Amino acid sequence: MIEAKALTKIFEIKKGDGIPAVVDLNLSIAQGEVFGFLGPNGAGKTTTVRMLTSLIGPTSGQAWVNGFEVGKEDQEIRRTVGVLTEHPGLYERLSAFKNLMIYANLHDVENTEKQVEKYLHMLGLWSRRDDPAGSFSKGMRQKLAIARALLHEPQVLFLDEPTSGLDPEAARLVRSFIEELGDQGRTIFLCTHNLNEADRLCNRIGIFKSRLIAVDTPANLRQEIYGRKVVFHLRTLDTAWRNLIENIEGVRDVQLVDQKLVVGMEDPESLNPKIIRLLVENGADLLFVGELRHSLEDIYLQTLEEEGEIKDEL
Amino acid sequence: MNFKSIRTIIDKEWAEVFKNRMVLFTMIFMPLIFTVLPLVMLYFTGQEMGDMGGVGTADVPAEFLSACSSDMTGAECMQIYLVNQFLLLFMMMPVIIPVTIAAYSIVGEKTTHSLEPLLATPISTFELLLGKSLAASLPAIFVGWVSFGLFIAALPLLGVTKTVINYIAGPTWLLAIIIAGPLMAIASVNLTIFVSSRVNDPRTAEQISTLFLLPIFGLLFAQLAGVIVINVMVMLSFIGGMILVDIGMVYLGTSIFQRENILTRWK
Repeated sequence: MIEAKALTKIFEIKKGDGIPAVVDLNLSIAQGEVFGFLGPNGAGKTTTVRMLTSLIGPTSGQAWVNGFEVGKEDQEIRRTVGVLTEHPGLYERLSAFKNLMIYANLHDVENTEKQVEKYLHMLGLWSRRDDPAGSFSKGMRQKLAIARALLHEPQVLFLDEPTSGLDPEAARLVRSFIEELGDQGRTIFLCTHNLNEADRLCNRIGIFKSRLIAVDTPANLRQEIYGRKVVFHLRTLDTAWRNLIENIEGVRDVQLVDQKLVVGMEDPESLNPKIIRLLVENGADLLFVGELRHSLEDIYLQTLEEEGEIKDEL
Repeated sequence: MNFKSIRTIIDKEWAEVFKNRMVLFTMIFMPLIFTVLPLVMLYFTGQEMGDMGGVGTADVPAEFLSACSSDMTGAECMQIYLVNQFLLLFMMMPVIIPVTIAAYSIVGEKTTHSLEPLLATPISTFELLLGKSLAASLPAIFVGWVSFGLFIAALPLLGVTKTVINYIAGPTWLLAIIIAGPLMAIASVNLTIFVSSRVNDPRTAEQISTLFLLPIFGLLFAQLAGVIVINVMVMLSFIGGMILVDIGMVYLGTSIFQRENILTRWK
């Protein structure tokens, strides 16, 4: 559905001198996948979206969206993708209905009025259809912009910061709508700063800072960076238990934190029973056992930090 | 070329822009003033015709005499001389009105960030530019033509003689209104697009773009100073010059109105 090969964009400041915004991006996103594109401000996320939606051309490399090549079949790409830009960019003096009618006509949608009505109902804006978009709250504007991106039923959607600046309730509404879109089998390219959102919605995540630093499922990224860890909550802690557990084959490391033992291991499903048995046999009062789950924020910051260190070394 | 897209852009522009009071004011009051002024002048000079009985062609600036035919009285020739200055007001309309519309439509899109979603639709850059240009130019051309039509229709009611009416509805004025006006509208819209790419305030864009009034003022002062007399030849030369300016301005407008330019370079 979306494929990029060595996609690069350099913004020329003066002849022979430029700022690399996107460098050597290789990416393959399958149909129906919700792909999270994470990166700090100025990382080149919007530039990537603009290239993939044929709004700007790449300096080098190639990309295909929906089977159409960027730079060669731009109009076909724009015809078949839906884009939610960073700013809603609505016509504030015009009604919600008129805003959508304009885009439905530009996309040559059949039964324009019915389609507009469908999405206004779907996003809960029907009762405000005749009000100027400028009178809408931030959340309503964002919903209207999402409706605008969907009018022509695109199979590929690019969403740039869809919940940015929204209050928690509006953000939740937008997120559940994105979830629904994902369930409908649409391919979604989601740029976001909200890491919990990415963790919840995305099948795979790409961490990006001018170049793609890491790409995988959230679970695999966690494992890759931190490995799997299990926390054993105890009533009292005996330091001797640490040595006992460390000697079990398959255990990577053991840390003592307050009244807890944090054990790093590859295969908790087979090792946990052994460890629990050992602790109980040695007089430990085991209160709870649970897997330590690093947040996506930890992964993101760790990845960017490592990338920074690598660059410094170079 | 997709005409539905062009029509949609025009419809959108008009729906948005005509909700702006400043644009409406420019579209209604300026043509009204520019039409009424020469009528008032013709009415009062007509009323004074009796007193102007003694006016002879000798009283008309010598350079202008070529514009008067031999069957005109001195008073009629004087009236034509005076009304000819107002022709330039009619020529200003297609410059001022589209500049106001285009400045608000393009800079407005920049400030509300609505250009990017628009550019993300299948519309081609040419269709978008053409739609925007037509949306700005058509009302100006229409208003210019209607104002001129009303002006002509009102002349007999004010007692203006047939000779003077025939002169006003003659080739010099018709060339100015029907051909020079639209050409000036095209040039001013494209200049506004260029200026709009550099500024973020519609009023600044408007002010800079009205530079196109300078050639008209040039004609006005040249005529008042007796350097030229606006006649068919002068008007044809002006039209020829405007065609060249239009070619340059359309090139400038289309080269600046490219997706990548708009998204990455427009300030």
